[in-house]
Amino acid sequence: MIGIEHYIIVSSILFVLGVLGIFMNRKNIIVVLMAIELILLAVNINLVAFSAFLGDLAGQVFAMFVLTVAAGEAAIGLAILVIYFRSRGTIAVDDVNQMKG
Amino acid sequence: MTVFAFYMFAALVIASGAFTILARNPVHSVLWLILAFFNAAGLMVLVGAEFLAMLLIVVYVGAVAVLFLFVVMMLNIDFAELRAGFMKNAPLGVAIAVILLAELVLGIGAYRAGKLELGTPLGDAAPIAGASNTESLGALIYTKYLFLFEVAGVILLVAMIGAIVLTHRGQRSTRGHQNIAKQNARRPQDATVNVKPEVGQGVEL
Repeated sequence: MIGIEHYIIVSSILFVLGVLGIFMNRKNIIVVLMAIELILLAVNINLVAFSAFLGDLAGQVFAMFVLTVAAGEAAIGLAILVIYFRSRGTIAVDDVNQMKG
Repeated sequence: MTVFAFYMFAALVIASGAFTILARNPVHSVLWLILAFFNAAGLMVLVGAEFLAMLLIVVYVGAVAVLFLFVVMMLNIDFAELRAGFMKNAPLGVAIAVILLAELVLGIGAYRAGKLELGTPLGDAAPIAGASNTESLGALIYTKYLFLFEVAGVILLVAMIGAIVLTHRGQRSTRGHQNIAKQNARRPQDATVNVKPEVGQGVEL
């Protein structure tokens, strides 16, 4: 029978994959944003699994809010990316120093 | 059947998550991300959270993934150059991932060994007996979590306005645009000049 442990294991593997993606693709900010989406997906799976196994819907409500913030974050992140690309012609983020005083 | 479906969805979500971060082409990354979201939605359906599963597909596959695809394809980016540091960053990334995974495995092991108390729900957010998941969730977010729900709407509005303001370029060029205020402010005496040139001489304007 599938218990809550199975869901926690899947979501922790997914979370670790997301963190790994951030470190492996440090130059490519688009893939970094996708890795952040993976991390948030892992969190959502966890919230939903706990909510279902505890018989309490609050977890699903919170997963919905995580979804909202994730969508807003993706939109703002990609908008910043687009204007950065317009001004610099590249999206290599390891030489970002425009805000350096 | 449930067990088989769980293992299929779990294996596919992990595999597609791995391919998302390892794919050479970001377009492929986005497509793998879409597959990961579909399988995560499957996992959520298995525990009876249909509404959130459908929301995941609508919001992520319908909006976020398409946004990623647009940005990846709109910007003309040299991806080979961006991949240069991939192998250089790998040891650090793998080390951090292993540490994180060890911690999570430790946590799950501790839970299994000692049977940590998960806590008991208060009961005021319990699903309504006999009603569907969507119905119980709706009964909850429009009553108890109404304020949070509206704040979520405001967050989305701010994100939308922010994204538009950030990427809006204003008037692209002066050609072909009519400036009505300037037109109305123009007077005949400013626009026309009466000159009486001598015979045989031109007019300097």
